Amino acid sequence: MTDGSLGWWGVPIAVLGGALRVSTPFLFVSLGECLTEKSGRINLGLEGVLVMGAMGGYATSYLTGSPWLGVLAAGIAGLLLGVLHALVCNLPRVNDIAVGIGLMLLGTGIAFFLGKPYVQPKAPTLPAIPLGAWSDSPQVQAALQINVLFVLGVALALVLHWAFRNTRWGMVVRMVGDSADAARAMGYHVGTVRLAATAGGSFLAGIGGAFLSLYYPGSWNEGLSSGQGLMAVALVIFARWRPLACFWAALLFGGAAALGPALQSVGITSGYYLFNATPYVLTLVIMVITCSTKRTLAGAPGELSVTR
Amino acid sequence: MTAPAVTLGSAPAHAPVPASGVRVRRAAEALLIPLGALVVSMLLFGLFILAIGSSPLEVYGYIYKGGFSSAFAWQNTLARAAPLILTALCVALPAQAGLIVIGGEGALVLGGLAAAVAGYQGGSAGLSPTAVQIAMALAAMLAGGLWITLSGALRHLRGVNETISSLLLTYIAIALFNHFVEGPLRDPASLNKPSTMPIGDANMVGSLPGIDVHWGLAYGVVFCVLAFLLVRYSTAGFAVRVVGGNVRAARLVGLPVGVLLLGSCFLGGAAAGLAGMAEIAAVHGAANASLIAGYGYAGILVAFIARHNPLAIVPVAILLGGINASGGMLQRRLDLPDATVLVLQGIAFMTILASETLYGRFRIFRGGDR
Repeated sequence: MTDGSLGWWGVPIAVLGGALRVSTPFLFVSLGECLTEKSGRINLGLEGVLVMGAMGGYATSYLTGSPWLGVLAAGIAGLLLGVLHALVCNLPRVNDIAVGIGLMLLGTGIAFFLGKPYVQPKAPTLPAIPLGAWSDSPQVQAALQINVLFVLGVALALVLHWAFRNTRWGMVVRMVGDSADAARAMGYHVGTVRLAATAGGSFLAGIGGAFLSLYYPGSWNEGLSSGQGLMAVALVIFARWRPLACFWAALLFGGAAALGPALQSVGITSGYYLFNATPYVLTLVIMVITCSTKRTLAGAPGELSVTR
Repeated sequence: MTAPAVTLGSAPAHAPVPASGVRVRRAAEALLIPLGALVVSMLLFGLFILAIGSSPLEVYGYIYKGGFSSAFAWQNTLARAAPLILTALCVALPAQAGLIVIGGEGALVLGGLAAAVAGYQGGSAGLSPTAVQIAMALAAMLAGGLWITLSGALRHLRGVNETISSLLLTYIAIALFNHFVEGPLRDPASLNKPSTMPIGDANMVGSLPGIDVHWGLAYGVVFCVLAFLLVRYSTAGFAVRVVGGNVRAARLVGLPVGVLLLGSCFLGGAAAGLAGMAEIAAVHGAANASLIAGYGYAGILVAFIARHNPLAIVPVAILLGGINASGGMLQRRLDLPDATVLVLQGIAFMTILASETLYGRFRIFRGGDR
């Protein structure tokens, strides 16, 4: 390690690298939540889905030896939980926020239960693309390690952005989210569309979880997730339900989450816990700034209970 | 214009209906549907246990044995139920005003920290143990109450969703707790496990007379009864329920909506803070990481099963406390992971929520209602 070579420049570089690394789960979870919320329903249980995806992905990667199968398994595990959420919410008089809290509990519970045997063993993890190979500095090289899932997430944001505007399927999801009555009048079954949107969103959130366990931090344990699934809900509000804005918001949150470890790496350890709380404070501040009691938020799906 | 973010499927309190037959049927519905849901969740949990290759009957047996079979098991159960009663109130009281607050863990943790500081300072100042204990309780209730009030204020003033903000505040509270316990407030003598200065043995609250369960249980039961009377029989409680039912109507009749919202949040937070104080003053003796045990999250489940009825919280918390108490036995005897209890809680939560759809569906509970 050439720790002294960069000195204080290590902090912004580590934050940038951290933003690229840490933002990927934020990106996937927020895109998933965006898809679900566009259909007029909020899934507060993505935290549970994320943890379940992390566990399922890690266990599958360990058992099969293929991290990519792990990613797929994580998505499917998430999808199943999403289907459960949607089915319960489709019952009349059931509150989607409360079901989200239940799913958070159930998802983490099942993940901790089934994941117990996989805390010790080391599973094959996802490869990285070394974009920083041109530099001699190990810090720069470490910062510019990009994971394939990050690239995939960026592509997905573009696809979703396009699909919401230009495909029949995207229009149907948005219509159901803006006015269930209009969708019914057009002959679409609201419950089915929301089921699909919730299942798809949870599939993405599950993949976000696989990134945690299979790339960074790259192991499975019970303290793996630190609320990314929950912050995604706030992040989507911040991004005003626009997939491309979700990408920038995810980068911002990734950078905030990387601040604590980056400062620690240059020897600032006092206030370590406080720096680690930056993403939560940032989320709260953003929500205080963007929300209002006077008007509904611009761009909010009309049927969404969280903004009304 | 603020409409309630969510209308709780379980309208927390129905106005008393004159005809006693209808009232009995309503009560039967409110009792039998959650009970039925709990039975269904035990069956689903049994299927889960079967699927991973253990015997459900054995698991049920050990849950009974570990939680409810002997005086020792009951003491363990009641000690675990005590904080659950108080953290459940942190969900149930704001729910009367139509808010879903899930930040009880944060209020508990900060309440515990405030109590530890007050206990040490009071002890050093030479106060009598009773005075120290009162100071600890007040400090804890103030800290927890203000923390949850913050969430309610963001909701009322800025329209920030209180469910999300209260959970974010929990993460922030735990960060603050860790910062203070491992930094400025650390007892230099606590080497392996960073703790605050001990409050001293003389200032600890002891056990209830006759049984080996600490006073936290009594705090919880008294708080529940008071909360029930307040919600059900006081004008303020009625006004809070109007706010919970329809904010617009409450504004039209001139109710002070903000005060009522924040008041219900403060009382709920104070209950969770008191849970933190009881854990410090009766169990740990100083604030350290043992305080962060997930009582706040389990309290959410208790409140939802009790359908936000303060009196129903007590038996539900005891039931859940018993299930938690049996976790250790499941681990030792059947070699099941400690998360077994979490799975059961998650299944119970989902089943209870799904059962909300059944209210009013059964003719037998409706009687001559319509």
